[in-house]
Formats: sequence, structure tokens, C-alpha cells
Amino acid sequence: MAKPKVAFYWNASCGGCEEAVIDLAEDLLKVADAVDIVLWPVALDFKKKDVENLKDNEIVASFINGAVRTEEQKEMAELLRAKSQLVFAFGSCAHEGCIPGLANFTNREGIFERVYKTTESTKNPEGIFPKVKTKVPEGELTLPEFFDTVYTLDQTVEVDYYIPGCAPPPDIIMNAFTALLEGNLPEKGSVLSPNIALCDECDRNESKPEKLEIPEFNRVHQIEIDPEKCFLAQGIICMGISTRSGCGQRCINVNMPCRGCFGPLDGVKDFGLRTMAGIASIFALENEENLSEEDLSKLMDKLVDPAGLFYMYSLPSSILRRKRMEEK
Amino acid sequence: MTRRITIDPITRLEGHGKIEIFLDDKGNVANAYLQIPELRGFEKFSEGRRAEEMPRITPKICGVCPTAHHICSAKTLDDLFNVEVPPAGEKIRELIYSAFMFEDHTLHFYFLGGPDFVMGPDADPSVRNILGVIQKVGVETGKKVINIRKRTRDIITKLGGRVIHPVCGLPGGVSKGVSKEDREEFIKTAKDAIEFSKFSLKLFDDIVLGNKEYVDIIVGDIYKHKTYYMGLVDDNNKVNFYDGMIRVVNPEGKEFAKFKSRDYLDHIEEHVEEWSYVKFPYLKNVGWKGFTDGIDSGVYRVAPLARLNASDGMATPLAQEAYEKMYDVLGGKPAHNTLAYHWARLVEQMYSVERLLELAEDDEIMDKHIRNIPTEIPDEGIGVVEAPRGTLYHHYKTDERGIIQKVNLIVATVNNSAAIAMSVKKAAQGLIKNGKVSDGLLNMVEMAFRAYDPCLACASHSLPGQTPLKVTIHDCTGEIVRTIIRD
Repeated sequence: MAKPKVAFYWNASCGGCEEAVIDLAEDLLKVADAVDIVLWPVALDFKKKDVENLKDNEIVASFINGAVRTEEQKEMAELLRAKSQLVFAFGSCAHEGCIPGLANFTNREGIFERVYKTTESTKNPEGIFPKVKTKVPEGELTLPEFFDTVYTLDQTVEVDYYIPGCAPPPDIIMNAFTALLEGNLPEKGSVLSPNIALCDECDRNESKPEKLEIPEFNRVHQIEIDPEKCFLAQGIICMGISTRSGCGQRCINVNMPCRGCFGPLDGVKDFGLRTMAGIASIFALENEENLSEEDLSKLMDKLVDPAGLFYMYSLPSSILRRKRMEEK
Repeated sequence: MTRRITIDPITRLEGHGKIEIFLDDKGNVANAYLQIPELRGFEKFSEGRRAEEMPRITPKICGVCPTAHHICSAKTLDDLFNVEVPPAGEKIRELIYSAFMFEDHTLHFYFLGGPDFVMGPDADPSVRNILGVIQKVGVETGKKVINIRKRTRDIITKLGGRVIHPVCGLPGGVSKGVSKEDREEFIKTAKDAIEFSKFSLKLFDDIVLGNKEYVDIIVGDIYKHKTYYMGLVDDNNKVNFYDGMIRVVNPEGKEFAKFKSRDYLDHIEEHVEEWSYVKFPYLKNVGWKGFTDGIDSGVYRVAPLARLNASDGMATPLAQEAYEKMYDVLGGKPAHNTLAYHWARLVEQMYSVERLLELAEDDEIMDKHIRNIPTEIPDEGIGVVEAPRGTLYHHYKTDERGIIQKVNLIVATVNNSAAIAMSVKKAAQGLIKNGKVSDGLLNMVEMAFRAYDPCLACASHSLPGQTPLKVTIHDCTGEIVRTIIRD
């Protein structure tokens, strides 16, 4: 029997998702043995033509990481979708937009202006910006168009499964591969990690007060962080209350709070909103009745950059999507 | 007839690199362009963020060297909040950093650059990869490479939380200390890694230096550029990855500048071209004279060979020994031979683990005082480290609440962007004569840019060792007359 055809591809990404696959080490060889890899720019020659020559649905599964922010990436995602029975959004960028998705707070013009003109080390008196087409003495050079907006994979093509995390840890990746090979995949649209909040399996759970309350907001650099005690009880925003588990508490292990790279639980449309609601429900509970509006707003002022914090990994996939573009 | 050659490596980190070579009417190289077709805009979208989150935001620039951005960002926050890091905090950071430099250099040498030499530049492409290397040096050695890399990466996981995008750095220190058990383990790993580095140097000695043909390629003119060199040095002008002063030497090896990270804007400027999303840094006090080398051109180089050229040696004994031997063979300092980057990388690999052992054996590493809480109002901070691929600068300005107002970044590989383009052009010039394109072009051009270990052909993007390349030659009407593909 022919081995199932599988493709790996990257869009706008940092390379961490590739490192995550390489970190499978010996398990990677097992996977490579069981499948026929038809596309993997990291390991094999990029043969876009070969992919084009495949029949529709000939690839059993494509694993695509990275967000989509250039024309080239969009075309590649569409091509792989057409040729694949299943598409997996691999990692936080493809799943929710991740940190590079914070670029949706600005646009192409804003980025170009800063990067190529106003950065302190840049000397560009003529205001030169990169262009899609440039005439040079010897001919013409081209660059792919840079979009105003960062898109998740499922805003570009239909996605069947999501492998969460920035980057996804080895066991989550292997579980996904195994489920695919053994035909054990759950319902279409599933996120392939436990549908339990990180908070519920956190080692600090025991020290979590029965009635959790955030007395005031602190930032990680402002206080000594007790390594045994729940972050929220110390006034530090930890997104474990609304984040899916499966990461192995890797940030909490080194005494740093969760920032939500695994994304929301099933059925939650907007991760940031859900997290904010969760935080609001336990903020200044004890004192609420004694606090004036002014007192409350002073306390709230300490919660700086809420949008950047609560949507750190998920702005493109949120209901906000992006900052409103001004009409020209 | 004007012809055009497109080399599309199809591997990327900050976008895949694309090389365009134009031939003149005689069929010789008129010009070559290295294009980076991607951009993400961290400088802009970091505005408005909490400063203390920057060590968690900026590593996403690169998933292969996230530790460089993480530690550089933490150092920038130290400066921003004007907070002193306690000795144990500094040592833990440098310990993480040393483990990182080792595993990254190891990845490059064995998976990427090394196969060119171990298998030989003329070897069949199908064996010029890590698998070919394992076959030649033995499966046991292959396992050794994978194992030692895993153990050093485990150090980062242990202290940084995650090896891909660590999270432990804070202004004034780190979030987690070193336990007694951890320390014992780190010492064992460091000792084994030193043995491994000895083995790597010996391998280079046997296979590369033992072969006159290879040595001729290394010292040959095709891979030579006389440029300025930049690197971090300690108080004795010895190479340092974590901290120190930035030293620049001129193409003759004389000290041209020595400055603190705070003063980087007095020394570096960046040039913009319409045809690439990447900028081209140069020495401000020499000036941008285009893609050319020599003492009058502001083009400078960074990363292993540049660091060694810009220093007066290595701070540890075995690395110093290897350093002396390298310059002996290359005929003194500075060495302008681009392919010697591979050799310099092994000298640094040795230094990184000798330093790792020093730090692990230092009793202070277990001190409980690992961070100081900032008390001052933030304003502006600048940080620097030596990333595997070169000097890395972070620069943040904030309001009094510590909210980011401005960010400037000069990322390691970017420092080399002009030099890489020049190296590619020179290799092309050497191999394309009167319209005849040698079949060796791919190999030689590939070797030219692979020596820099640039992010666009970065280690993780080339498992199992090949940078896939495609050269398409067009005639003046755009018709394809020839395609060469390297799998």
C-alpha cells in the first residue's frame, strides 16, 4: 500500500515551528518512515510545480504554519488546500495570528514609515520604500506585495484541525501525527489539545485561595513573585484562566505567568474578551462596595495596554481583527 | 543578449532569500542582487506594549535564535529601568547564553555548513547533508551530535521555560534560580560538550586541513572580501558573547572604533533600497559607498570570523589554542576568507562550552539573589549581545509608565546583508564567463552565502543539510533557456 502523502509548509513565521518538528528527534524519523513527504522546504527542494501537478485531494494532510501576509503566501495556502484532504493549522501564527499578528494594530504604511524612514539608525533622506517592482539599470526586480493585515490560516482557506502553541510542544505534535496515521482524528474543526483550562491543572492550584481575588494589578517586573502562589492572587495577570492546556506549564515552571499561546477553550470566539471577563469577575471583590468610582478607575489605570496583553497571541482571530483603517 | 539568472533558495526565516544575477551583453556578470521578500514590522507593532513583555515579544523575530533576542531584550530593560543585575542573575543569563551559542553553532556546523567540507565541495548533492556526514563519520558520531545538542538545549528549557522562545528574562535579573541538582547536571553536560568540541576541531583538522584542495578553496580569492569587522569584546579585548564593548577593526586589522552599546547610533547607519525588505547597515563614519569592500567602504561584517578578527583572542585556553592555529594557517589577522567562518565557528563552539563549564562550576550560580526590582522611572534603554549570526542591537524608548513609544532593532544577519550580496556576486563573477554558466555555480554560490549562516538559509530551514536552490536563466525576452535545480 502506498504511504500517505503529507506536506509541510511555512508562511509568515519565525522558524520556531520548524525547530519544534526537528526537536522531535528520533520520533521524527518514525514519522518520516510512515509517510511520503511531498513538500517540505526545510528538507526538500521546493517543487511548487510538482504540487500543482498533483491531483486534487491527493495529499492526505498538509501542515501549514505561519500567518498569511503576502500574496505569495495566500496563493500557496490556496494551492495546498486544493490538493489536500486535510489541512492542519500548525502553531499559534496559523491558528490565531500570534505575536506578529499584533501588527494589526497598525498597517503597511505605518510599518514602512517606521522601519524605512524614522528608525533612529536609518538614513533615508529621499524617503525610499521597498516596491513590488523596481527598475534597476540591468532590468526589473520584484518583491511580493505586503498586506495591510495579518490573516490567520482559516481566514484564508478552510482548516480542518488546529495544532496550538508557540511553538507546539513535541507531545502535542506527535499526538496529532499519531491520530492522523491511526485514523483516530476527532471531529473536524477540533483543536488538538485538551479542552481544559490551564488553570485547572496548574501546580499552583493548591495554593489558590478558595475565593480568588485580585486586590490590585501588578506587573511582572514590579514585585517579587512567589513561586508557589497563584499569579492572580499576587495581582499578576495570568491567562491560564482561559487558555487551553497541553503546554506542560512551561512558562509557569520558571515562575512566569501564562500569556495564552494555546488559545481559547472550545466554543470561545474571542479569547481576549473571555480573559478580560474572567479577570473582571475577580477584581477587587472584597472591597468593591467601599470603593468609589474614582478609586476603581485608579486601580484600573494600572492595567496598562490591555489590548496588547489580552490579545497578545490572538488579535487577528478575535472579533476586533484589526485597528480600523482610516478611509482614504 | 542580456540574460538574467534567478536563484531562489526557497528557504527563509525573515523571508526566503532570492538572488538575481544579470549578465551583460558579453555574458559576464553585470550585477547581482540579494533580495529579502518579507517583513513583519516588530519595530512598529511593539509601540504601545508593556516594556517588560518585550523579552517575550521579540524572540518571535526568530525561532532559531530566540534566546539571542530574549537575552538582548532583558539587557535592554536593565538599561531602560537603570537597574543592576545581581551577580547570580548575570551568571545565569550568561550560562543560558553559552549553552545556546553551543547548540546553535553545532546545528550549523553538522547539519548545514559542515557537509560542504566533510563530504567535499564536489561530492554528489544527495550525500552532502547530515545523513551523508553520519555515514562518513559513523552512526555513533551522528548520535553524539543529536545527543549533545539535546542536552545543551535542555539547559535552556530548564532555566528559560522553553527552548523555543524562553521567558525567564526580567529587568534586573531572571525569574528562576539554579538548584544543586541542576548544577551537577550542567557541569556534566559542559564537560561532555568540551570533549565534543575537541572532537569537532579534530574532525575539521583531519578532513579539511588534511586536504590541500579544501585549504586552497578556503584561502582562494573567490571567497575573499577586505571589509571592516565588528564584535563584542571584554576588558582584555577577548571575544565575549554576552557583554562588553563593541569593537570595530579596519580591513588592515587596526582598531577603528570601540564603543558602548549606548553609543551605537554614533557608529552605525542603515541604507534602504527599493528592491529588498531588508536594510543595509554600514559604518556611519566611513559612509555608504554601495556594495563594495575596502577601507573606503562602510560595509562591515559580523558573526564568527568577524568577532575573532575584531578581538585580540579568546578568554579560555582551548579556544585560544584553536584561535592561534587558525590564524597561523590563514596567514595572520585579519582573515578575509569568507569560508573561514566555518572554522571560526568551531573556535567559538569551544569557547562557549569552556565558558559554560566556568559558570556552572562557579558557586555563585546557586545564589538565591537572582533579581533586583527596578525602582527608577524608565525612559530609554539600549542592549547588545553577540547572536550566533552577529551583533544584535535592541533600543527601546518608553513613557514614564514603561509603555513602549519607540523601538529600533538591528538584527544580527542584517549587519551582513551587504557583504552577503557582495560575496554572492563575486562567486558568480568567478563562475560565469562569456555567457558560460558553470554547473558548479549553484554549489559555489551556495557555499558563499552559507558560510555566513544567514537566517535566510538558516540551520533549521535546511535539514537535512541542503539549501534547495533553483537557478533559472532567462534570455532577454524572458524565455527560460536553462534551469538548474539542486534537490
